[in-house]
Amino acid sequence: MLPLIKRDITLALRSGGGFGLALAFFLILILFVPFGVGPDRVLLATIAPGILWIGALLSCLLSLDRIFQLDAEDGTLDALATAPIPLTGLATAKAAAHWITTGLPLTVASAPLGYLLGLPSTGYLWLIASLAIGTLSLSFLGMFGAAVTVGIKRGGLLLSLLVLPLYIPTLILGAQTVTRAINGDNPTATLAFLAGLTLLTVALIPFAASMALRANLR
Amino acid sequence: MSLWEYANPVKFMALSGRVLPFATLLAASCLFTGLIWGFFFTADDFKQGSTVKIIFLHVPAAMMAINIWIMMLIASLIWLIRRHHVSALAARAAAPIGITMTLIALFTGAIWGKPMWGTYWAWDPRLTSFIILFVFYLGYNALWAAVDDDDTAADLTSILCMVGSVFALLSRYAVNLWNNGLHQSATLTVTERSPIDASYYTPLLICIAGFILLFITLVLLRTRTHIRLRRTRALLARGSA
Repeated sequence: MLPLIKRDITLALRSGGGFGLALAFFLILILFVPFGVGPDRVLLATIAPGILWIGALLSCLLSLDRIFQLDAEDGTLDALATAPIPLTGLATAKAAAHWITTGLPLTVASAPLGYLLGLPSTGYLWLIASLAIGTLSLSFLGMFGAAVTVGIKRGGLLLSLLVLPLYIPTLILGAQTVTRAINGDNPTATLAFLAGLTLLTVALIPFAASMALRANLR
Repeated sequence: MSLWEYANPVKFMALSGRVLPFATLLAASCLFTGLIWGFFFTADDFKQGSTVKIIFLHVPAAMMAINIWIMMLIASLIWLIRRHHVSALAARAAAPIGITMTLIALFTGAIWGKPMWGTYWAWDPRLTSFIILFVFYLGYNALWAAVDDDDTAADLTSILCMVGSVFALLSRYAVNLWNNGLHQSATLTVTERSPIDASYYTPLLICIAGFILLFITLVLLRTRTHIRLRRTRALLARGSA
């Protein structure tokens, strides 16, 4: 599995686009919010947790269709499917590589972008913690969506339609954690729920994804 | 003789063909009786006036919206485990009906909500989870439409239905948490009149039975259509070969 993760990271770094694209998109999205709602500091600080979370979530979505599509087109996926590693392992490795190349950078970038939106100082720790945990679940769910739509030509739009509803619990719990932190409430409960959700996703989604891959490769 | 015999499309067609007229008749008579009784022969509520009568549409539709998804989940599991084609097609046939039921529930709720709550829409946990259910239905339906190969489509939609069920349920409870966190819980709980008066209860039960029968009728009809469509395609493929 490790060589697979390494290969995917290298591909993401070298082939251009994938790696920096999500970050640039995140930046532009956050930049657009004051243009849309006005530069009022108080208002921006209030909506900052939600905006940052939605921004990270949408940026995650951008690179999802690359997870399996490129490998499916040049036949690598067929080779990997017959390799000694089980499909669940392949699915896990793909999702992990996606998280390292997308979720982690987004988490790191969220702090300065949060400052731009005037996020109160009590929120940063919880923002980073919730994004680091939450984007892992986003990557796994996205990988599942990519596995389902791998056989469909131009499945990008469909992929979003399938994956976004699955993101709802993660988004609610993640944004709630940050909102509670800046409101002075105790955010540990929602963060614990979020961690539980992520663990559930990481444990079970690879099986569903491998079923979908098998159906698509048949 | 067991239920699984009807997994055979020929036997299913024969049985459903015989059941369909009765189901149609029963559904029509139940809906006719229940709705007429409910709308014209019940007293107005002392607080809500005649708006209360929308429950005869709203409650059955909302119940069906959830139950149809559960039926789709069961049909999907049967397809994944035993690979009966009728089961997969029944799940496919049920989805658009589920979408319609969700929409009916949302719209009747909005119509009732305007005079009672003073707004068509509130971000109440129940309302929100219904919109979420609607989105899940849309994704499921779109996936059926997007995949060309029938068996692959059945596989993929079944897996999606399975995963979607888990996350729809999670959303239902996450939404609870989100709303309590933001503002006070449910604005007006007029809906919680649990010891409902008998004069409403009987027509409501008839309406619910009518909706269930209507669903059975429609799902049989649509499954038959899908089976016939598949047969036609098979015949065409044989003809051109």
